[in-house]
Amino acid sequence: MTSFQRILAGCLLLAFFTAAGPNANALPAFARKYGLRCSACHESWPMLNYFGQKFKDNGYQLMNDRDSPIWQNNGYWPVTFRITPNWHRESSDKTATDQSPTGEQQVTANGFDVSGLDILTGGTLEKNISFLLVPSSDETGAFHFESVNARLDNLFGSSWVNIKMGKFEVDNIVSEKRILTISENGGGFEIYHFIPVNDSNIYGQIGDNQFGVEWLGHSVNDRTRVSAALLSSNDGNVDLPNNAYSGFFAASQAFDAGKLGTQRVGFYAMVGQAPTSFLTSGGIPIEGGGLGNKSFSRVGFNGIFYVGKLDFQVVTQHGSDNAAFSTVSAGETARNSVWNGGFVETHYVYSPQLVFIQRSEWVRMSQQADPTVASNLGDVDAYTFGYRYNPFMNARAGFAFHNEYSWVRARGLAPDGTDLTTSSVMLGFDFDF
Amino acid sequence: MRTPLLKWSLLTSAAVIFALPGLSRAQITMYEENQRLGMESHVGTMTGHAKDAAMDYRRYCVGCHGPLGDGNGENAMWIDPKPRDFELGIFKCRSTPTGTLPTDSDLFDTIGRGLDRSNMPPWNPLSTQQRVDLVAYVKHFSPRWTTEKQGTPIQIPAEPEITPDRVKAGQDVFAKMQCWKCHGVTGKANGPSASTLTDDQNRPILPFNFTEGARPKCGSTDVDLYRIFMTGLDGTPMPSFADNIKPEEAWDLVFYLRTLEPENTYNHKEREIAKQLGLKPVSQSQ
Repeated sequence: MTSFQRILAGCLLLAFFTAAGPNANALPAFARKYGLRCSACHESWPMLNYFGQKFKDNGYQLMNDRDSPIWQNNGYWPVTFRITPNWHRESSDKTATDQSPTGEQQVTANGFDVSGLDILTGGTLEKNISFLLVPSSDETGAFHFESVNARLDNLFGSSWVNIKMGKFEVDNIVSEKRILTISENGGGFEIYHFIPVNDSNIYGQIGDNQFGVEWLGHSVNDRTRVSAALLSSNDGNVDLPNNAYSGFFAASQAFDAGKLGTQRVGFYAMVGQAPTSFLTSGGIPIEGGGLGNKSFSRVGFNGIFYVGKLDFQVVTQHGSDNAAFSTVSAGETARNSVWNGGFVETHYVYSPQLVFIQRSEWVRMSQQADPTVASNLGDVDAYTFGYRYNPFMNARAGFAFHNEYSWVRARGLAPDGTDLTTSSVMLGFDFDF
Repeated sequence: MRTPLLKWSLLTSAAVIFALPGLSRAQITMYEENQRLGMESHVGTMTGHAKDAAMDYRRYCVGCHGPLGDGNGENAMWIDPKPRDFELGIFKCRSTPTGTLPTDSDLFDTIGRGLDRSNMPPWNPLSTQQRVDLVAYVKHFSPRWTTEKQGTPIQIPAEPEITPDRVKAGQDVFAKMQCWKCHGVTGKANGPSASTLTDDQNRPILPFNFTEGARPKCGSTDVDLYRIFMTGLDGTPMPSFADNIKPEEAWDLVFYLRTLEPENTYNHKEREIAKQLGLKPVSQSQ
């Protein structure tokens, strides 16, 4: 093939991916039910806009007297599948290997792969009784329940009384379950899962779905939202819980800012107790045998701000774990782990079909559990950018050509005690139907 | 010889592929430029501009109402009742006399309230400015907005006290105006004419069923009900009764209609009165 032919073939390929067409999106099951395009609820799927957030807060109902399943065609089935075949490249600058003369080396791998599969089913069982069931598998096909909950909506005829029970995402207005970045490094918010070095508390990860019961109230136009949840402190794991509970509280207020659009500000707090040790049998922890409950907290502010086609999602967090969670060696005096962090994610929504994404994240330890280690051990910096292009948009299915780069640096976590840097590159076809 | 031919074929194909989106965009652009995109709307102290709503219309509305606003969006074939054809400039929910254009506030209220028992949701999560801009965009589809003046909102007298005499008088109006022919003697939408009704595009349409607890499309308050039968629902068989009944009779009718509904926020007193009076359904011979 000549150079000219190669260039032309490349142009044709580029043209294919950029040709104009109709638009694209999210739980197509909902779009099919109501005859709305997915873009009605999603800024750029799967990220919700304010209309979609209200739809969700109403228990997946439009409140138009057509929400009960009896209004649906008998052939309608509220189910959506989502998966992402992709090519990706993962790199870690310092991985412990037997072959390296220094004991560590850079490891880079790339190739074609597939994400896990989400099977999303949700909607109404009857007017004002809604549900969500999400069996989810990892890339090997091993399934678990990501979400399982039922909700009583608009009790006593009021939008202020909604009760949900089961396994669900806690009420983060910046939802990780609807994150626009999906690479190995960029597919989650660092601060939503941060566990300090020498700290064993896995139960304060606000990005993990949790088991519990939640009350949520909101104004009719969803401008004001408040929620309170009682959760089992078992990080969303099934079977016997640990006899410990935590609470998640959130409140936010949205307001119109004229031509700029609608802005939302809020705060959240997760406070509770979790076990610090376990009963064992033959040295193996017994399920439900949690002991020595101690307190932890995650509190912060969040906000969603619009300036024309730009929007900014901001989350901060101040975290604290009791010293009893520490894994400091005997003889050392453990301290509470305390940290601060957050992120700013920016979107440029050129159109419902094309969105550019950038996110900067940081976590800074202000007190280590182990007083002998470096004060910045475990600090995290992360940077992610990419874009998603949807070649079509309708009320039946969604398809996004996804491109992303993500970089993470963790202080002092390399095998030699220096900083560890990892990066991901991902090109994928993210589709759902 | 073959190589230059191949080169030119590939070049031409590339040019066509790149040009097609541009051409279609050009056609849409020409249409937009020729078709009243300078339309404005005024709601309260806010001004809306059609060109500022183009993206929102594409995001929220085009699936049902279509890119040309003619009600032929890609989802239209699956939904009932069909989406409004904005090109006609005919709207159900107005504060203005029948046959006239609604006010910008009427359209703004409809967008925010939605239309119950249809696929038109309440769009109140959108900002006020977004909705005002969308009003302008809806208007830009029909030439009526450039050739006719908007109607003047009707005067609605203050709601009188609800009394047994008024409820009974309202029942007489219900009988005299033969509302029962469509809505049924008990308001169940099973009148003798109900199954024959069609809208202005010859599509079957059902009258409102007062007994099932649904909210009327154009609002739920007493004032909204008054306005509905004094302005009619243009595009449907529901006429305006402004020339047939006096304002006080219209209020009587509102009170009587409330007795047909199941218990709700608005009708406790009327239902109590109906019970005390032992009101029976009107006779079809009236």
